Amino acid sequence: MLADVWLVTDKDLRIEWRSRVTLSQVVPFALTVLVLFGFALDANRGVLNAATSGLFWLTVLFVTVVAVARSTAIETADGARRALLLAGIEPAAVFFGKTLAVALQLLGVEILMVGGVLVFYGTTVESLPLLLATCAVATVGIAASGTLLGALVAGVRARETVLPILLLPLLAPVLIAASRAFDDALGVLAVDGWAWLGLLGGFGVVNAALGTLAYGRLLEEA
Amino acid sequence: MSIVVLRDAVVLLGRFPALSGVDLEIGAAEVVLLQGPNGAGKSTLLRLCAGLLRPHSGTSVVLGHDLSKSRAVVRRSVGLLGHDTALYDDLTVTENLQFLARAARIELEEVGSALDRLGVAARLHDVVVGRLSAGQRRRVALAGVALRRPELWLLDEPHAGLDQGGRDLVDGLVSEAAAGGATVLVASHELDRTLALKTRRVTVAGGTITADVVDACAVDTDSVDTDSADTDSVDTDSVDTDVVDACAVDTDVVDACAVDTDSADTDSVEADVTGVAGGRGS
Repeated sequence: MLADVWLVTDKDLRIEWRSRVTLSQVVPFALTVLVLFGFALDANRGVLNAATSGLFWLTVLFVTVVAVARSTAIETADGARRALLLAGIEPAAVFFGKTLAVALQLLGVEILMVGGVLVFYGTTVESLPLLLATCAVATVGIAASGTLLGALVAGVRARETVLPILLLPLLAPVLIAASRAFDDALGVLAVDGWAWLGLLGGFGVVNAALGTLAYGRLLEEA
Repeated sequence: MSIVVLRDAVVLLGRFPALSGVDLEIGAAEVVLLQGPNGAGKSTLLRLCAGLLRPHSGTSVVLGHDLSKSRAVVRRSVGLLGHDTALYDDLTVTENLQFLARAARIELEEVGSALDRLGVAARLHDVVVGRLSAGQRRRVALAGVALRRPELWLLDEPHAGLDQGGRDLVDGLVSEAAAGGATVLVASHELDRTLALKTRRVTVAGGTITADVVDACAVDTDSVDTDSADTDSVDTDSVDTDVVDACAVDTDVVDACAVDTDSADTDSVEADVTGVAGGRGS
């Protein structure tokens, strides 16, 4: 199972590396959004500091839409989904493989975005472990739910527009919990960031379980 | 042993009955040509046999597995070449096949020989598939099917887009597969190619089988009396099918070409001639 998970992850990352979509489009998009938020709120430095966590994770959600759309498109082009079905790989392995590939791409973008926030917004980090843990746990949940939803809309003709309409509301709990955990990590609010991290973990576990159970069916029906 | 057993099989695409009561039984090592007009249900039939579609009703058993219960098992043992190539454009030729090989637990060394078998030049092995011509992509897709060495080959218009050399390679591949004990279903409109390959012709129209004809063009037809052909006087002792036919001669007449032509008795056996007209060149 683990070998198949890595097989799918390796395939998706290799395709991503070749197409350079994340590097040439997603990263500039994410940094541009951060800068534009900065321009909009720069007049009141206090508001910008208070909103930094929310802006960061909102940008991550926008990036997620692009990353998931790419991940889904890989399998819908030229009947490649059929190759996955016939390849004999367990659907759960395909799900976790694609989730891992999306998660690794998002983590890469988030690391750059954290640098962007520190530079552009002048933010300081008070708890690096909490910040890193929040990125890791939230990203796994985001990638899992995105991959699951990507399979759900794969057969829909207007999936590019349907995906964000369905995905963004679904990720609202992540936006709230990750923003609160980040508030604690950045010292913006006196909240228990680790407790919010637990909520993020629960979100990830639920989506991973749903993906394990439903992904095969969605792959077949798409 | 029957590789494919369909009894009154119905497949719905949405609400549309793409297959509406198909009866078909195919044995091991048979080469079967599926023919019929566009939209007849040939590709749907192949996809059903590949375990990609769920039968709505009827009995559908492939390689001994009921398709309504265990399609995943069937999918591991079949090779399907569809209209699209099912390759990843941003992976190289070798990477595409290595992906398939790893997934199927096949030695990576076999990737090279599969590509060689399909005449994919070594200089193309490290080229991304997206840069290949349609014919080259088709060859790589066929190499992917050959690499898996499936028990059941399902080929949808395998000659499409291929040059003469490629078409000959496909014919050789099908012959080799059948000789090795695999069963091959070929859906094709290119009868000039496939008539030379097949041992049996199945005509699909309107989602059902309208004709099922065994043909022995590939065997020695000299020993068969085609002049006296009569559907009531054909020896089908050695052939488990509806109609025995010899396409190399006048296809308007049902002729006597048994699979084992040495034992063909053209004077004594009855044949069921269901749908003969539908099996002619449609």
